[in-house]
Amino acid sequence: MLRLRPQVLSGGAFVASILVTLFGLLVLTFIIGRMMPVDPVLAIVGDEAPQSTYDRVYQQLGLDQPLYVQFFRFVSDVLRGDFGVALITGRPVIEDIIRVFPATIELGTVAILIGAGLGVPLGVAAAVRRDRISDHLIRFFSLIAYSTPVFWLGLMGLLVFYAYLGWSGGTGRVEIFYTGIVQPITGFLLIDSAATGQWDVFMSALRNIWLPALVLGLSSMAYIARMTRSFMLEQMGQEYVLTARIKGLPEKTVVWRHAFRNIRVQLVTIIALTYGGLLEGAVLIETVFSWPGFGSYLTSNLMIGDMNAVMACTLLVGLIFIGLNAVSDVLYRVFDPRTRTA
Amino acid sequence: MTHTLPTRPRSWRDWLTTPEITSSRQASAQRIYWGFVDFFGNPLAVVGLVIVLALIAMAAFAPVFATHDPIAQDLRNALSPPSAEHWFGTDDLGRDIYSRIVYGSRITLYIVVLVSIIVAPIGLVIGMASGYFGGWVDRVLMRVTDIFLSFPSLILALAFAAALGPGLENAVIAIALTAWPPIARLARAETLTVRGADYIAAARLSGASPLKMLMGYILPMCVPSVIVRITLNMSGIILTAASLGFLGLGAQPPSPEWGAMTSAGRRFMIDSWWVVTMPGSAILIVALAFNLFGDGLRDLFDPRRGS
Repeated sequence: MLRLRPQVLSGGAFVASILVTLFGLLVLTFIIGRMMPVDPVLAIVGDEAPQSTYDRVYQQLGLDQPLYVQFFRFVSDVLRGDFGVALITGRPVIEDIIRVFPATIELGTVAILIGAGLGVPLGVAAAVRRDRISDHLIRFFSLIAYSTPVFWLGLMGLLVFYAYLGWSGGTGRVEIFYTGIVQPITGFLLIDSAATGQWDVFMSALRNIWLPALVLGLSSMAYIARMTRSFMLEQMGQEYVLTARIKGLPEKTVVWRHAFRNIRVQLVTIIALTYGGLLEGAVLIETVFSWPGFGSYLTSNLMIGDMNAVMACTLLVGLIFIGLNAVSDVLYRVFDPRTRTA
Repeated sequence: MTHTLPTRPRSWRDWLTTPEITSSRQASAQRIYWGFVDFFGNPLAVVGLVIVLALIAMAAFAPVFATHDPIAQDLRNALSPPSAEHWFGTDDLGRDIYSRIVYGSRITLYIVVLVSIIVAPIGLVIGMASGYFGGWVDRVLMRVTDIFLSFPSLILALAFAAALGPGLENAVIAIALTAWPPIARLARAETLTVRGADYIAAARLSGASPLKMLMGYILPMCVPSVIVRITLNMSGIILTAASLGFLGLGAQPPSPEWGAMTSAGRRFMIDSWWVVTMPGSAILIVALAFNLFGDGLRDLFDPRRGS
């Protein structure tokens, strides 16, 4: 689960705790990389290699060194951004990741716009109509969203909106016909095609992105709606809301201008953490939609057991999460006066 | 001897509902009885329970429920739509999808039960030790927990599964490695609330060893909420297991794991909708059932419920 309540720490302790977590992240990734039953030397030299070649590669990989030396090497490689060469592409892993990441960010951003755009109003509506039928319906739908395998929902979406109705462009980022036409500037296809005025590509990209983004957004919508509901219920029980009502303010003003205003910081935190959590769904959704992003890259490396790439991807996801947690902590400090220490 | 007996409850019902409780046995019987009444007053929770029980029955008596051999191929009948002969249709190798789903329930239950059995003791021991001893033990253990929590669980499970190699047992280990931290957090919180209680101090003064303290006095307090939490986690375990299966890192073919069935059906989906619709629906229904049942249990054990 995501950590929701910020720990109120002094600045130094805050930085120290992040550093300790980062160190732990490195240790964990290192352990995962060393856990594999497959012999990494055999993966490089093959079964037929003579013993002398095997020994040389074994030494080059540093596997003859004690574990702490190996770990030290690993850390210094990571600090230099050197994650080795990916077996699939034959290029440095870090370059691959930089190349594929914009596709995932684009997908995730559209997804979070859908998730927050639907989730927040739904959550507010559920809180305002507490215990009425619409509240129960919203709770039931979010329960269903929690229970749905996201890869299956993606496949069902393709079946209905691509195969039967033809509303979606299908898999990939654009139709095959348009692939590679737009020179990447930012790497975000929607922005690049619009900036260069290639509106036919833009429309094709839009037709392809809405379905995976919707499927991805639905899972975050359920979470955002549920959290919004509980934040709002907390506020609606406060006395200042009662005061505002007694003053005779219209309910709409009470809800949006008074209560909602006070949950904005909490909401931004939730949405930021959910945005990072989308990476999890993206792994599955990108596989289903052949979306050439980070998730597809990770799964294709999982398939062939390329642990260099898998470790780099895992480490990156951990970094993003720790970063988002830190950002949300900082947001709380800046915007919520209650967490300021004297 | 014609003594008039003291007003004795006339029926089980009276004995269970009377406000005049005469024994501790009656008190606990009443508590269970009212728990049942509350639980069965929640229709969604009952639906969840019924589906979970049906799943268990299906797994236990799979040969009775199944109409065909789950791995017998029949290439002449490949990809035939749902019919009286094949209720959910057949897959690309002509295997009966309904029977495969029935047998697949065994794999789903196997994963859920095994992960829960592994995760509960690990989470309890780490959480209770952390909460009871405090100090640096607490700091170290909770820091480790935080590091595990700083990953999205599916990605961590994927990395573990990839490192261990594909397979059902390795998927169980990978999921268990990612599922214990929330349990540890919960057990720690429960331990912290009872640690300061008088009966704990009394037991300690009477010379109980730390082990005896943890097992005899703290553990019973943690177990109910941990059980509820694990029940709620079960739907997450099912979805993670299905995701691993879908990505080819879980149970291997020809075993009828639902996620792997969905994955295998992808290529034929456009012309044969049933090959992915059916196993995916099974995952959805079972995950939903565990969520509904878990919600009902949580309401039951939550002392703040107003009834």
